[in-house]
Amino acid sequence: MIAVVDTGGANLASVIDALERLGAAAELTKDAARIKASPRVILPGVGNAADAMKRLASAGLVETLRGLTQPVLGICLGMQLLFESSTEGPARCLGVLPGEVARLKGPLPVPHMGWNSVKADGSEALLAGVPPNSFFYFVHSYRAPEGPWVTASAEYGESVPAVVRKGNFSGVQFHPERSAAAGSKVLANFLKS
Amino acid sequence: MLTKRVIACLDVMDGRVVKGVRFREHKDMGDFLELAARYREQGADELVFYDIAASADKKSVRRDWVRRTAKALDIPFCVAGGIRSVADAEEVLNAGADKISVNSPALERPELITELAARFGNQCVVVGVDSKRDGGAMKVYQYTGRAEKTRESGRELLGWLKEAQERGAGEVVLNCMDRDGTGEGYDLEQLKAARAVLSIPLVASGGAKTPLHFVEAYAAGADAALAAGIFHRGEVTVGQIKAELKSKGIPVRL
Repeated sequence: MIAVVDTGGANLASVIDALERLGAAAELTKDAARIKASPRVILPGVGNAADAMKRLASAGLVETLRGLTQPVLGICLGMQLLFESSTEGPARCLGVLPGEVARLKGPLPVPHMGWNSVKADGSEALLAGVPPNSFFYFVHSYRAPEGPWVTASAEYGESVPAVVRKGNFSGVQFHPERSAAAGSKVLANFLKS
Repeated sequence: MLTKRVIACLDVMDGRVVKGVRFREHKDMGDFLELAARYREQGADELVFYDIAASADKKSVRRDWVRRTAKALDIPFCVAGGIRSVADAEEVLNAGADKISVNSPALERPELITELAARFGNQCVVVGVDSKRDGGAMKVYQYTGRAEKTRESGRELLGWLKEAQERGAGEVVLNCMDRDGTGEGYDLEQLKAARAVLSIPLVASGGAKTPLHFVEAYAAGADAALAAGIFHRGEVTVGQIKAELKSKGIPVRL
């Protein structure tokens, strides 16, 4: 059973639906024991970083999530929460990865909303078998910091980290659950990881 | 590179997809689940589901319809129809919507936009605006799903767009009522005026018939263009529109 962490935000149902389309059973949970015991953990979320961190803290999940050793995938806000902090709120985040998440610079419309091509460095296991420059669906106003953890990027007036990774933790800024065949492949790769 | 989006729109009334002309005389177009799956197959970049009579009837979009449609989709899914509170929005999102769109309820109580953005982030909150020309002015209309309840809201288009953006809207869908169902093309003047006051994504709606209409809408500043009738009637597929756009140098996802 894949644990989808209940961050209280939106898009929780669509993540579970996408996993079910791949034949994986998933449950929405904020139970620390169930999350720890799950072979794969997804940290989803559309919403506000400060709001989501407050919910994780009140569920007593901050240390649980930081200490996970199985493959973890953060999606959109869930990926941003992996960093130290975010200017959205501002919020203190999980700190699995260093640096601060900050608002997109503009002047292109913000939120960055729509299908954007993604360039990978070739090493990213989540993108294995995904044709180069495939399109993924993005919808966000904040971006992760640059660093050696960035394994794929999107171009939107500036370079926007699209996939990040550190050890067992990975994150995608786009929504694989809403990115048609390319997104489905990313989720399938995560389930195999 | 960010592509220009082609959005298929399901206007749902009493459980069936319908389409009218200038928001009147709606005709039956089919089953929403069947059409949703068809547009996903054709390569639509997004699907919107409007329960058009919900606000006028003081109801809210049926959660089970949202649930069933969401399950069939692996593309973005935006839902509208009488979403009046954070609790309503939460139910619709939990049923599988990715974005919620508010129109009449936001005109009833503009704070709703602020509340939804604070709770779900502004990227989740779309404001739908039904605009109609009145002499030289562009006026915002309300309860447009039922012809007999449609009324002018007392708000001028550009002022309302600015307020919606300031309150936290993450996207605007501009439905130009005079063009709806006419096939005359989008109202480019209104789109340009809207673009000039908005820094958030703008979706053109009303009047599309040919690929050129889409090209014109993007040139006028729209980030996405929505159509309904031409797709429902099978005059053209989403894929055909996108192939034409690509041949004209517009970045699209094929």
